[in-house]
Amino acid sequence: MSVVILVDEADGKVAHSTGELATFAARIGEVTAILFDGNLLTQLSQFAIDKVIVVSAVNRNSPAEVAQVLSQILLEKSPKALLITSTITGKEIAARTAVRSNSGIITDAIDIASDLTTTQSIFGGAMTVKASLRSGCAIVTIRPNSIDVISESSSPAVETFSGMVSPAIERVLSIEMAEKGSRPELTEATIVVSGGGGTKGDFKPLEEFADSLGAAVGASRAATDAGWYPHSHQVGQTGKTVRPQLYVAVGISGAIQHRAGMQTSKFVVAVNTDPDAPIFDVADFGIVGDLFSVIPQATAAIKAKKL
Amino acid sequence: MKIAVCVKQVPDSWVEKKMDGQVIDRLGVDAVLNDLDEYAIEEALRIVEANSPTGATGPESGHEISLICMGPERATEALRKGLSMGADSATLIADASLAGSDALSTSLVLAQVIAGGEFDLVMCGTESTDARMSVIPAMLAERLGWAQLTHVDKLDIDVAGSSAAGARSTEIGVENVSAHFPVVISVPDKINVPRYPSFKGIMSSKKKPLVIKSLSEIGISENSVGAFASWSTVNEVIPQPPKTKGIKVFDTGNGGNELVAFLEEQRII
Repeated sequence: MSVVILVDEADGKVAHSTGELATFAARIGEVTAILFDGNLLTQLSQFAIDKVIVVSAVNRNSPAEVAQVLSQILLEKSPKALLITSTITGKEIAARTAVRSNSGIITDAIDIASDLTTTQSIFGGAMTVKASLRSGCAIVTIRPNSIDVISESSSPAVETFSGMVSPAIERVLSIEMAEKGSRPELTEATIVVSGGGGTKGDFKPLEEFADSLGAAVGASRAATDAGWYPHSHQVGQTGKTVRPQLYVAVGISGAIQHRAGMQTSKFVVAVNTDPDAPIFDVADFGIVGDLFSVIPQATAAIKAKKL
Repeated sequence: MKIAVCVKQVPDSWVEKKMDGQVIDRLGVDAVLNDLDEYAIEEALRIVEANSPTGATGPESGHEISLICMGPERATEALRKGLSMGADSATLIADASLAGSDALSTSLVLAQVIAGGEFDLVMCGTESTDARMSVIPAMLAERLGWAQLTHVDKLDIDVAGSSAAGARSTEIGVENVSAHFPVVISVPDKINVPRYPSFKGIMSSKKKPLVIKSLSEIGISENSVGAFASWSTVNEVIPQPPKTKGIKVFDTGNGGNELVAFLEEQRII
């Protein structure tokens, strides 16, 4: 059986999530990776990849264009599965490819077995669903942070994509790249520290704590709606879903919509002044107290250990 | 200008969701208009208000907002809410053979209705709060062969120039995208604050046209939708044990140190 994966490319690098796709794909069969920036070819040799198809002159960020490439590759190679990372653009690429190639689609899987059975976590982790697609190529999008990447040096064979792609109808006028601070990307981070209403708009102590742990910073909807933190950092039902090793909820009461975005994190730590805050129901360790004294003390303690 | 807004009725996102066997329990819970669709309706209303000679929506504006929904007959309640916000008319595709439809079938049905309506814009929320796939807008653009301006948190509609421009926010940053009509648009919840229906809006919504159509009336075969045509099969639904309550301590001046001690104990740091 063969499997096609779509390489995640960001900032001139192959993203960590690509390794996760390759690790899942290697369970199923021979792995073919689709790459748009040929300069990144050498970075793929750290994963179990058998073949790379390099695509040029196509906008990697255009779901309309990438779906044309993928459906042509599916037609030609008849793989059993196509794995794509669950990002905004990734899901749209998967959606359009499913329509074009008349294939089934499953989104936000956290696991895929060698028999192509997928696992999804729904209702904020309250249920796990095992599902499969009935025939054809299974198009599956996979949430970042779903598997430990297995590194394996490979020397994949390289092909060039020779199909025809019509340009997308919509025109991209300009792109403002997301500011890449020194912090990791929210959905890929192993530790996330999030702030809510309890911060009263002061994220400084929380950012210092996050930096001491090498963590990403998130925010509740209350905090982003108040304009205290950018919407792109919102965790929850209408924001991003994260499942890091450690999630620290600071001054977040834990409404059901927020929990839907973080409940499957491995460890949850909460700091809140209200002992009855619902966030404590899902916390492995909770501190009832003022974040403005607890968090700086924790930051100092972590820094002291590193000295 | 004709604007279609695709909406869905979903279980109330403020209550705990449940499963009924292998599908989401929709009967045993309150069903509401998908919260995220309200932002699409609001944005459509604002577009019309900004381009109406009187500043108001309705027939005198010279524009029309039509709601399109696929779902059981009960979904008329969700459509009435959208009409009471200010949309002009609604179409519900309700048919017993639609039960168990996946996103591919849903997009097929919606696209068929849209294609017959001479719309300039199709507005959607970014996802439904039940299935949360976030794929319908992209599938509609693909099926209709229209431009997609999805996940745009800023939107400018130029009626005279028949074009739309938006700022699409994704993981890579913000792409400023533009396209000529017809366009499929999806808007996230940060784009606006949806209005509450006014008393007048609620009263007038009862007189607005709401038609229910069957599959055969829109010309789709029952073999191409529903559980029969669904690509995916749910093999198993496993309830996860509720998280056992962890440790809760009261800060007496040492809380930060206790937090770090816990992280060390769990080998997180």
